[in-house]
Amino acid sequence: MARLTIPAEEYMRSGHSACPGCAATLVMRYVLKGLGPNAIVTLPACCWTVIGTPFPTTALNVPILDCAFEATGASVSGLRAAADALGLADVIVVGFAGDGGTADIGLQALSGMLERGTDALYVMYDNEAYMNTGVQRSGATPLGAWTTTTPVDATSRGKGEGKKDVMAIVAAHRPAYAATVNVAFPEDFLKRVEKTKTIRGPKFLHAFSPCPPGWRYPPEKTIAIGRLATDTNSFPLYEIEGGKYRITRKLGRARPVAEYLKAQGRFSHLTDAEIAAIQSEVDGRWARLLALETLG
Amino acid sequence: MPRMVLSGNYAQSYAAKLARVHVIAAYPITPQTAIVEKLGEFVASGELSAQFIKVESEHSALQACISAAALGARTYTATSSQGLLLMHELLHWASGARAPVVMGVVNRAVAPPWSIFTDHTDTVAQRDTGWIQFYAESNQEVLDTTLMAFRLAEHPDVLLPAMVTEDAFYLSHTVEPVDVPTQDEVDEFLPRRDVRGLIRPGAGVRLGSFTMPDLYEEFRHKIARAMERSAEVFFEIEDDYHRLTGRHHGGPLPTYRVDDADAVLMTMGTATTTARSVVDALRTRGNRVGLAKLRAFRPFPVKEVRQLAATVDRIGVLDRSFTFGAAGAAFTEVAAALYPETHRPALKNFVAGLGGRDLTPKVLEGMFKALLKGDGPEVDWPDLKRRAEVVRHG
Ligand SMILES: Cc1ncc(C[n+]2csc(CCOP(=O)(O)OP(=O)(O)O)c2C)c(N)n1
Repeated sequence: MARLTIPAEEYMRSGHSACPGCAATLVMRYVLKGLGPNAIVTLPACCWTVIGTPFPTTALNVPILDCAFEATGASVSGLRAAADALGLADVIVVGFAGDGGTADIGLQALSGMLERGTDALYVMYDNEAYMNTGVQRSGATPLGAWTTTTPVDATSRGKGEGKKDVMAIVAAHRPAYAATVNVAFPEDFLKRVEKTKTIRGPKFLHAFSPCPPGWRYPPEKTIAIGRLATDTNSFPLYEIEGGKYRITRKLGRARPVAEYLKAQGRFSHLTDAEIAAIQSEVDGRWARLLALETLG
Repeated sequence: MPRMVLSGNYAQSYAAKLARVHVIAAYPITPQTAIVEKLGEFVASGELSAQFIKVESEHSALQACISAAALGARTYTATSSQGLLLMHELLHWASGARAPVVMGVVNRAVAPPWSIFTDHTDTVAQRDTGWIQFYAESNQEVLDTTLMAFRLAEHPDVLLPAMVTEDAFYLSHTVEPVDVPTQDEVDEFLPRRDVRGLIRPGAGVRLGSFTMPDLYEEFRHKIARAMERSAEVFFEIEDDYHRLTGRHHGGPLPTYRVDDADAVLMTMGTATTTARSVVDALRTRGNRVGLAKLRAFRPFPVKEVRQLAATVDRIGVLDRSFTFGAAGAAFTEVAAALYPETHRPALKNFVAGLGGRDLTPKVLEGMFKALLKGDGPEVDWPDLKRRAEVVRHG
């Protein structure tokens, strides 16, 4: 019989107000399963503000402290400092923010928290756009993707710029630990979360978080799309510990990026030539990652 | 009780230390820097056991304090001018989260043009953020009021953030003898914060939830009530402080020689000291003038303003800031407070002392004279230079 590697305890309640197929719910659920009951979550403006349900209800069995959109990193440092000052050593402080709240408006506060060495976990759930405000492009939106602010029409081909490399930005701060995780690979996801518990200092998880309405695919395809993202090397899974890179899911041969792109309405306008350009970009990033891993 | 020679900035630092704050988060800006440098020394030397978060901006400073306070910590930050303006969004977060953060603010002009000198625009612009605001006249008042601010902010009926302001350089960098209470005295006056942090480990609670129209208004009303209640609580706290230290600074609107006054000038901060000497000088010459110090701007002391106005025919309000398109903020507040009264004194607004311009006895005397004569515009900038026009017109 297969060993159950996902803890049975639930810290997220069944009542929440996410869209059907929302991966951000799974990101929270797995993070909390891995961390356990001592987590305190601080949350900026993002879809999770709403998913967490309105006053006076809450979707979690651990505390949530809402904070300003651009200030998650600072909120994390404040909670850690208070926990230490008040002798609440067991508390695990978790910043939980979207890609916009992390990579764009919240980048300064994140940088501050990483540089200060705050002992906490920062999770960026990456749905690759400002989803809560209705699908506007963020710095983490990939090249070519349709959003409401990167339309597809006679003059525009979706986002004209590439995706910000958030992990590289984080890595430049030399955090204690950073890893990419994907809800389509829950065992791997849980391993990374559990590992963060054993390491002191700032930890960062970049969580891939497919979004059916924003990416324009049917809700039941969230896990399939998540798998495709990693299996095509569009979203490789790796960790950086003490500056060393390790790819945590390595494929014999990656599948063509086209399979991942064609499964989503946001990329449906792309021509073969545009897809080929994205493929070569993905190949380039993968080669760089392999090189980083061999650096040891 | 030891007497020390302290700058306004160090008076802030000593107050925070005596309050045994758990968490400090701050970012440097002139003329506030010495406050946090001193606190940094206290923490480094072990004199103060606190977590000092060296944040990367004022915005983060206040968020860090709010989050720490949500878990039950006593928190302190300090800033000035641009730093306070950058914090603006977080000022609302603090009051909305009912986080009793205490902040020292050095009143400094805002840019452009750059100026590091006294001006009240920075804090006056925060009057709608749900923060209690005290303006200090002396370094003694800075220290005493900061200690009282902690107790007031944390009072269970209040739970609101509070700022204690001091004029740039006039107080921040000027040393005065200050009576500093002993740690035992302060511990008695201000026990450790009764940890009623809303965020409790292990509990399924949420602070700051998304709230629908059926309840949002009630949250705002609770803040309104708490702010009102803070005015009453402050009297109790100041009495307690008086019992302990023998010092009392006279509530939110202390007055000077107003009993038989024909005209009263209302001031905030250090201008009060100069104005007091002008009152004495004018009185020796037979002018019956008096002074009222607007010590608390939030909550606004409506009751005390009305009491004062009941016996005075002319009130001048000196604003060291200006609300463009209206008038000085203190002036409009005084006018609004007096509208329902049957006895309504003539009111005049003096806008002066901006960007560190000295409010000299001569300028202040001019204000009293204009008040007594009853001439000039309702909103007057009595110290403007003619030269500015000359320059403008070449
Ligand atoms: C200072 C500020 N600017 C803008 C907003 C509006 N806003 C709320 S959520 C959001 C988008 C969040 O995007 P992201 O961080 O990617 O999270 P997601 O909504 O995708 O979960 C924006 C722009 C805000 N709340 N605060």
